[in-house]
Amino acid sequence: MDIPVVRNILEANEKMADQLRELFSRHAVLVLNLISSPGAGKTSLLERTLADLKNEFSMAVVEGDCQTDNDARRVAATGAKAVQVNTDGGCHLNSSMIQAAIQNFDLAATDILFVENVGNLVCPVEFDCGEDFKIALLSVPEGDDKPEKYPVLFEKSSAMVLNKSDLLPYVDFDVDRAKKFATHLNKDMPIFLTSCRTGEGLEGWYDWLRAAVRAKKSR
Amino acid sequence: MHEMAIASSLIEIIQEELAKHGATKLVSARVCHGKLTNIVPDALQFAFEVQTQETPLATATLEMMEIPVTVACGGCGKEFTPETPDLFYMPCPHCGREFAHEVLTGKELYLDHLEAE
Ligand SMILES: Nc1nc2c(ncn2[C@@H]2O[C@H](COP(=O)(O)OP(=O)(O)OP(=O)(O)O)[C@@H](O)[C@H]2O)c(=O)[nH]1
Ligand SMILES: [Mg+2]
Ligand SMILES: [Zn+2]
Repeated sequence: MDIPVVRNILEANEKMADQLRELFSRHAVLVLNLISSPGAGKTSLLERTLADLKNEFSMAVVEGDCQTDNDARRVAATGAKAVQVNTDGGCHLNSSMIQAAIQNFDLAATDILFVENVGNLVCPVEFDCGEDFKIALLSVPEGDDKPEKYPVLFEKSSAMVLNKSDLLPYVDFDVDRAKKFATHLNKDMPIFLTSCRTGEGLEGWYDWLRAAVRAKKSR
Repeated sequence: MHEMAIASSLIEIIQEELAKHGATKLVSARVCHGKLTNIVPDALQFAFEVQTQETPLATATLEMMEIPVTVACGGCGKEFTPETPDLFYMPCPHCGREFAHEVLTGKELYLDHLEAE
């Protein structure tokens, strides 16, 4: 027999992601899904942000990695609430992992929930985690052609952080080229050139966060 | 890599549909995937094979159908099918604009047809 069906294959994940988004909205929690290749500096950016904005916001982190709770321990050292999710080889987080992890948080008392996805520029993009925004991180040693090679991430992200700016003198990274291609895909995307080592450029990122929290709370 | 996770969602949906229609044996399933999704068809077929081994779905074939990209031009609004669907460079045959078009098709991922017994 022929069975015609039109069913989105990721429907289960997307349904749960929508439920999470509703829950987060009810508590006015801003949720950001950080995506980059391994080692671009997601955890370093979180360490900085959590420490510098400690007195302004109450923040929590879900850390996704294949193995170890290293990153959760690093961010917890700033005093923020953190939960580690180990995917045991899995290349991305999904909404049921987030659902399980947030049982550890008091959402009513949280302003920002950061989700640090597994280091990977491809797979995490396909799995909605209930976030408000995806944030693409790229570090300058990786090369300025990453937005060209991995366009889907940059198209779906709401902001881009170009990290490790302190290394610009040592690598051939054309900031304008990376910016140009990212904004071809996404013309109003804010781009922050940062160094988590020196602190350069972080103020711009913090201002964006402040505005996003305000917008979320006034909805 | 994420094809493993996609295959397991796919298998769940297939099993649900088979049960709903009182079928027990799957002959074939067809998946439509947009050219702009990050899906590797061979990887999904491989993942499906691995995960259906020694199950009633083991002998089924998984057919992959690619959906081409169509966009509405960001300049003149006319619809066209780019020759090379590259998110950066899709020159509009009407006005020449090269990027920032609205993607109409090419991002889908769905199961569209089952043949079962
Ligand atoms: N020079 C320099 N090094 C940095 C900067 N940001 C991070 N690093 C270093 O880069 C390495 C990786 O940083 P992490 O923050 O662990 O990167 P990550 O993206 O969280 O990595 P995974 O979670 O493993 O994917 C560490 O050795 C950091 O100290 C920066 O702005 N400049
Ligand atoms: Mg990390
Ligand atoms: Zn045109």
